[in-house]
Amino acid sequence: MSRMPRRECSRVAQKKQFKEPIGALWEKGGATTIERPAIEKETRSKEDLDLPWLVIVHNDPVNLMSYVTMVFQRVFGYPREKAERHMLEVHHKGRSVLWSGMRERAELYVQQLHGYLLLATLEKAA
Amino acid sequence: MEIRRCNDEIEISELDPFLAELLRQIPASADPKGTTAAEQRLFSPPAHETETDLCKEWKLYVEPELRRLFQTATETVATDLQQLNGSEKTLANRVLRIPWKHADAWLSALNQARLVIAAKYNFSDAELGDHFRSPIGSRRDLSLFQVNFYGFLQECILREVG
Repeated sequence: MSRMPRRECSRVAQKKQFKEPIGALWEKGGATTIERPAIEKETRSKEDLDLPWLVIVHNDPVNLMSYVTMVFQRVFGYPREKAERHMLEVHHKGRSVLWSGMRERAELYVQQLHGYLLLATLEKAA
Repeated sequence: MEIRRCNDEIEISELDPFLAELLRQIPASADPKGTTAAEQRLFSPPAHETETDLCKEWKLYVEPELRRLFQTATETVATDLQQLNGSEKTLANRVLRIPWKHADAWLSALNQARLVIAAKYNFSDAELGDHFRSPIGSRRDLSLFQVNFYGFLQECILREVG
């Protein structure tokens, strides 16, 4: 997901807000002290950091079983047996958790699965 | 109809005019425009609607990339299908050669077409699972046949992909 805004676990959004417009500094001439920029820290709660994200694939009567198996092998690098096990779980139980871990990676997996036209979502582990 | 792998191509031979016409319809059938259900199926949300920020960002950044990906696949297939537009006799059986490197594009375009048609006609699980339904008596029946035929082709290509 190259164009998604980057979200890191300890994300710190730094917004430098100059108190005066740049032009005003030149008008005053001579040495001017620029006020220290205000830095806003935006952090996630401990709960957000601790909980893994799940990549879930949902049942779809149109996608072929062999196609879904191939997609699981390609996206997650699973061996055929494991991919088939997940495919059958999707088929019989309606959904299967394919992967769990960091949110960014989970988003990337879901994007790849959507690229293969599978019904996939990510959700926070309960 | 016969499907086999020849060197770096997948060859579909003995294509009768009816099946050739169904193949020609893949790019148009894969286009979800004008059908909300088909649009929603191809561009499904990445998370529960309560994840509003994620869903918004997805629409903004990921969906356009997916659209480009799907469009590239159907364009590749449309180019391959130009082989069926020759000046041979209309009723003669045809041969279609798919370059090996286009196999993924074909899998994607066939899947798009199947999903779009199924969404347009809102086929039930039972209908989709009924592979022996015949004869073709309505547009709906023909569309179901199309879904099954494209599925059969997908299976054949998948078998070759291994």
